Amino acid sequence: MTNVALDRRSILAAGGTVLATGVLVSAFPGLLLPARADGLAPTQSMSGGANNYRKGAAIVERIGKGGFWMSGTVRRAGDGAPLAGQRIQIWAHTVEGQEHEPQSHGATLTDKDGKFRLEMPQIIPIFGQPHGHLAYDSGEFRTVFLRPVMRSAKETSLEAHFVLQPA
Amino acid sequence: MRGWRSARAVLIWVALALAIGVPIAAAATSEQLAWRGPVYILAGFAGIIALGLVLVQPLLIGGYLPGLPAYRGRRTHHWIGGALVVAVVIHVAGLWFTSPPDMIDALTYASPTPFSPFGVTAMWAIFIVALLARLRRRLGLRLRTWRIVHIPLAIVIVAGSVVHCLLIEGTMETISKAALCAAVLAATVKVMIDLWRRRTLRGESVARQ
Repeated sequence: MTNVALDRRSILAAGGTVLATGVLVSAFPGLLLPARADGLAPTQSMSGGANNYRKGAAIVERIGKGGFWMSGTVRRAGDGAPLAGQRIQIWAHTVEGQEHEPQSHGATLTDKDGKFRLEMPQIIPIFGQPHGHLAYDSGEFRTVFLRPVMRSAKETSLEAHFVLQPA
Repeated sequence: MRGWRSARAVLIWVALALAIGVPIAAAATSEQLAWRGPVYILAGFAGIIALGLVLVQPLLIGGYLPGLPAYRGRRTHHWIGGALVVAVVIHVAGLWFTSPPDMIDALTYASPTPFSPFGVTAMWAIFIVALLARLRRRLGLRLRTWRIVHIPLAIVIVAGSVVHCLLIEGTMETISKAALCAAVLAATVKVMIDLWRRRTLRGESVARQ
């Protein structure tokens, strides 16, 4: 076995180097990932986001009787360009049905600015949190499932934003 | 003197009944119930009842409930422990039935909800204690060994249940929920202190056991 002399100075120097590298990398993440230095990172699916998903919900004017607004944006990873005509599926436990029931599901398309907005019944707390579910699952970009939580069960709107990367 | 003692006994039982009954009654008036199916409702109330039973357990073991001192209290503690297991099983099974993917996330500690791991950990602690209590005689566990096992698990059960319950936004009314949780914590802290004191009083004899 090689006998490595570890005196205080070398430990301090090594520690300092590690620390400095850490600070540099966290302050300038572009140093390690030059390709993404100026890019918008893609949205990752949230845990539990796909729960009670029903593939292929129809595009609707509004889900049920409405009264609650789900809105958001869809952009492209990297340059952040708005993505028009993207199908976003939305579902939740609402005053008109449980999460898994078909009438709780619907889909809408983004407009030319990459924005979407769909009226749906009031979301109520389920499994301890008032939350909604959204999915982008149309194939052109990588599938993303979101599960935004409302700050209060009394709120009558909720937002979720997608940044998609090519599939 | 006798009158005061029986009045005190009545007061203690009334306080316990209120501590458990009021949160249940308040949850029964929750508007959330209108949007839930019967199984989900049952699962929710099983959870509230389970928390109520978690309050009873330290009170029994500390002998604080009039009419149920020492031995009888401990027998009741065993029965309530069994009821607690049943309540937790109904809670979990009912939630599983209501939304299988959410329950699977919770049980695998992959849930997005911050309260789930606390509840699941408390559940496992309850199951372990119940199983060991069942096997205690067969395993030949002495009281002292048993307590070394049970007390830490009891702390996990109490802390896990209280955090689980407080973080949930559901049918429970906030103030009665917080009061029940505070009562559970207070009863647990009291019985731990009393057990510790009794232990140090007996100090020598226990040490030689």
